[in-house]
Amino acid sequence: MEQETITILPQAKIEEKGPVIEITGLVKSFGENNHVLKGVNLSVNKGEDLVILGRSGSGKSITIKCIVGLVLPDEGEIKVFGENVLNLPTSKLNEVRIRIGFLFQNSALYDSMTVKQNLAFTLQRHASHLTATEVENEINAVLESVGLAEAIDKMPSELSGGMRKRIALARTLILKPEIILYDEPTTGLDTITSKEISELILDIKKNNNTTSIIITHDMACARLTADRIMILKDGVIHAEGSYLELEKSEDEWVRSFFI
Amino acid sequence: MTVYLKNIFNDVGNVTLFASKFFKQVFTPPYEFKEFIKQCYVIGYKSIPLVAITGFIMGLVLTLQSRPTLSKFGAESWLPGMVALSLIREIAPVITALICAGKISSGIGAELGAMKVTEQIDAMEVAAINPFKYLVVTRILATTLMIPLLVILADGIGMMGGFIGINMHGDISFYRYLAKVFDSLAFIDIVPATIKTFFFGFFIGLIGCYKGYNAENGTASVGQAANSAVVTASLSIFIIDMLAVQITDLFY
Repeated sequence: MEQETITILPQAKIEEKGPVIEITGLVKSFGENNHVLKGVNLSVNKGEDLVILGRSGSGKSITIKCIVGLVLPDEGEIKVFGENVLNLPTSKLNEVRIRIGFLFQNSALYDSMTVKQNLAFTLQRHASHLTATEVENEINAVLESVGLAEAIDKMPSELSGGMRKRIALARTLILKPEIILYDEPTTGLDTITSKEISELILDIKKNNNTTSIIITHDMACARLTADRIMILKDGVIHAEGSYLELEKSEDEWVRSFFI
Repeated sequence: MTVYLKNIFNDVGNVTLFASKFFKQVFTPPYEFKEFIKQCYVIGYKSIPLVAITGFIMGLVLTLQSRPTLSKFGAESWLPGMVALSLIREIAPVITALICAGKISSGIGAELGAMKVTEQIDAMEVAAINPFKYLVVTRILATTLMIPLLVILADGIGMMGGFIGINMHGDISFYRYLAKVFDSLAFIDIVPATIKTFFFGFFIGLIGCYKGYNAENGTASVGQAANSAVVTASLSIFIIDMLAVQITDLFY
């Protein structure tokens, strides 16, 4: 029954819009013996939600951290909006970063600030032309969009895991990013809250027309959000396709994710 | 032993690079003025009770301990001058800096370490906010400015402690006590001692920030960062003090 709710953009339509993220030959090692990425190639089209699956330690998070310049790869090329982010000076890289939102696995809210300050901190630095009232209106609007308008004056320590994820999403959305990178958005949450977060990801895409890469182990989240799924194995993309295609894959290892 | 030495030189090199990054960024806009004021409040204002109590006890104990020896030589009248000189030239700057290394350097190390392991620093970076400027530059500037002020406070309250200490066994008016204190003080006693406190403050902030900002992943590293910040900052205070005394000795 739930499968009917899956929103899949037709592949042809996605390709018409062109890729906004293109990764070619991405290699990353930690030390001499820990080769995490061994030549990852992927591209994400505008308006597409790409889910990356893989075992723990397979390099999923490293891949998206490379996209925003948090981790420097050993080799490869990463183009975002047509710019090779690895060659950009910090000021230019920051211009690209403003157009990308990043949801961290543990939310990474600023502990010493209230929810309002968490959101205002980012907004005031990049939209200095806004008046105090406009900033407040933006914050209220984005908190309402994640369903947590009442949490505005709370400290992060007063929030549950699910609420922290929503506030982190609100902080990501406040700059109106064109791309959102989700690092395990439902990890550590109960089934109901996980579903709510997954639905929120869909709503964000619908309302803001964002492009997303979602790293997850949560197959319910993958089923709900994915236009396309890639599976990482041994540092390379092992399989690629829609949820339904991969679920019926003849590769036993691929199928093991869908059990 | 070789590995140990290698690690020390490695750390010294990295701290130097960290300091050079600070000097590069401190003069370039945008300036995080609000955060700097907040850090001055946290580092300076919130340390006042601790520094005041320590300063008072330093002055009182120094007076009580020195009195019997000076009495033997009939030099009790030198007590105010001796207490003032000892406090201003050495004891107040070093003890205050050590207290601040324990309170402030460990606090900064733990705070930034926790922010590092919970990816809050990464969150700033991906939001195109310069975390070094916001977190490090403001804290180092605040410690550099606040430690000298705290030392001056400790000097003043320490001398009040000395006054009470003298009056516990004798009788001297506050005016006469102050006159004796200022008679014994000269330019050379105050200026070099104050200048070195700026360096104390700079290194307390620098080492706390360096240790916290470079914490490895994992909660254990937060404790390690705090602990290592106190030890290294305390050691650096003694080294700076030794150098400051040697340099002062060359010129005066």
